[in-house]
Amino acid sequence: MTMQVSDISFAYGSRTVLDGVGFGLRPGELCALFGPNGTGKSTLYRCILGHLRHQGRVMLDGTDLTRLRPAQVARRVSYVPQQHSSPFPFTVRDMVLMGRTPHLGGVFGPRRSDIEHCERVLERVGLAGDGDRLYHTLSGGQRQLTLIARALAQDCNVLLLDEPTASLDFGNQMWVWRTVQDLARQGRTVLVCTHDPNHVRWFCDRVLALGRNGKLLAEGAPSTVITAELVGNLYPGVGAVTTAGHGAVVPADVAGVG
Amino acid sequence: MSQTDAVAPADSTGAAPAEASATPRAVVTGNRRRIILLAATTALAAIVAIVSIAVGAYVIPVPDVLAVLAAKTGLTDDADNLHTAVVWDLRLTRVLLAGAVGAALATSGTAYQGTFRNPLVEPFILGVSAGAAFGAGLAVMVDVPLSLQVMAFLFGMVAVWLTYTLSRVRGERPTVTLILAGIVVGSFFSAVFSLFQYAGTDEQLRRLVFWIMGGFYRATWDDVAIVVPATIVGCLLLFRYGWRLNILSLGDDEARSLGVDPEPLRRRIIVLATALTALAVSVSGIIAWVGLLVPHAARLLVGPDHRFLLPLSATMGAVFVMACDNLARTIHTGEVPIGIITSVIGAPYLIYLLRSRATRLGAAS
Repeated sequence: MTMQVSDISFAYGSRTVLDGVGFGLRPGELCALFGPNGTGKSTLYRCILGHLRHQGRVMLDGTDLTRLRPAQVARRVSYVPQQHSSPFPFTVRDMVLMGRTPHLGGVFGPRRSDIEHCERVLERVGLAGDGDRLYHTLSGGQRQLTLIARALAQDCNVLLLDEPTASLDFGNQMWVWRTVQDLARQGRTVLVCTHDPNHVRWFCDRVLALGRNGKLLAEGAPSTVITAELVGNLYPGVGAVTTAGHGAVVPADVAGVG
Repeated sequence: MSQTDAVAPADSTGAAPAEASATPRAVVTGNRRRIILLAATTALAAIVAIVSIAVGAYVIPVPDVLAVLAAKTGLTDDADNLHTAVVWDLRLTRVLLAGAVGAALATSGTAYQGTFRNPLVEPFILGVSAGAAFGAGLAVMVDVPLSLQVMAFLFGMVAVWLTYTLSRVRGERPTVTLILAGIVVGSFFSAVFSLFQYAGTDEQLRRLVFWIMGGFYRATWDDVAIVVPATIVGCLLLFRYGWRLNILSLGDDEARSLGVDPEPLRRRIIVLATALTALAVSVSGIIAWVGLLVPHAARLLVGPDHRFLLPLSATMGAVFVMACDNLARTIHTGEVPIGIITSVIGAPYLIYLLRSRATRLGAAS
């Protein structure tokens, strides 16, 4: 599905968070929403999903998302929050089953076919056999994968992921990015917000760079957008950086240049 | 210096490896086990009810109890049993009322905990008990055309309505302000209730204190005729929200992204749970702990899925309050207020649960 976001502006009181943000997303492409903490990446997600009222438009293959009810949006776009702790001891299977909610008709909850669907998506993210474990006792990486599995159970063609690797260790970060990459290759429209320039360069096909003024600074292939200049702009406290070598952003003094 | 020091995956520009797919695993849902558990606790509730009718100031043999019940419900011809009056008019009313109140408090406690995403919430959190106490106090202190029960019910609902109205901040109702507003409204009504106690005559004071400690000693068929059907209807209406309550317990943003609009759902659940609590409080006074403890015990048995948790809370709440009421009327020659019994039993049990089963209660291991 092609998603066209146009002219989203949003302000908390007098503080402008988003200022005329617009972009398009294509199926099969892993797109990053890159920007430092506090630039309004999550706010942009909440606007796209219709949780916040805004003036812009979000078109999905000709349907205006802002005119749909939450249940209708949830059948088209799934949102993966940052991994968190649940106040109640749900099992992994329970958590994933909740993704079936937009497709349930009656009051009795999921059917057997829904449960089988969930077993398949658990397997796809590498959690086959963990269905009976308690979600809140998992590692951060496993929780994040559980939430990704839940979004897959939701069966939408558009996936929005919110900092999926922010609090994970290196191994889990790689595992989650690989999984997300696979999902995009299978034809889904995937937008991942992240504040790590290296992850963008390593894994993403395209990047939208969101600046501190709430405007999109640049858009395009990671190797052309994530430049030393842009990173220096967004993270002025870091000092000079270089993108020499393997497509990695490295502080200039660490890399031994400049 | 072309090679940098970054540890990047070797194929970060290449293709991702294909995932090997394993064979699908057999699905064990555990739903059958949960349904058996529900049926078992329902049967247990029936057994406890019959035993509760048998015990008391003097013991009536269980066959006699069954004979009276069968005769009264028209299953057998009315064999004039000398226990009829005690069984039918005194003890059965009391047992039915205790069961209904237990089911109502425990179900609403579970619903509140799910809605507020907090396992420490109890049904009195939004001020319903303080409001009900105020209403009952008003009925004791001044001449009002309504009965004490009706006044308690009305002011219980009024208190929660106040809490709900006060908690609105910029078009939203964050859980924190809702709970804070509940504390404010509750303490206001409690203060006025204390004033009643201070200003009342000895007789009024006795009635106030006995009401607030709770009990079923004044149960009549009139009470039963209202409370039991209303509790059943209220509980069934709440059970319908079981699955959506699971979603709501994840938080508002996640609920929305899963297609559930949290605000109207939360309002409906709060109205239902509050009505159930106010109904229970209006006939029994304030019975502490049931609405906090039973949901936890039920969650240990079936897990947090509210489709099963709500009905199991209802049956276990009924069993718990009926059993406590048996103690209340038998451990002493007089009547011990049931609120004291539930607290004395409830507090150590909750400590036991916390110390032995913390992970299943939701603490990270």
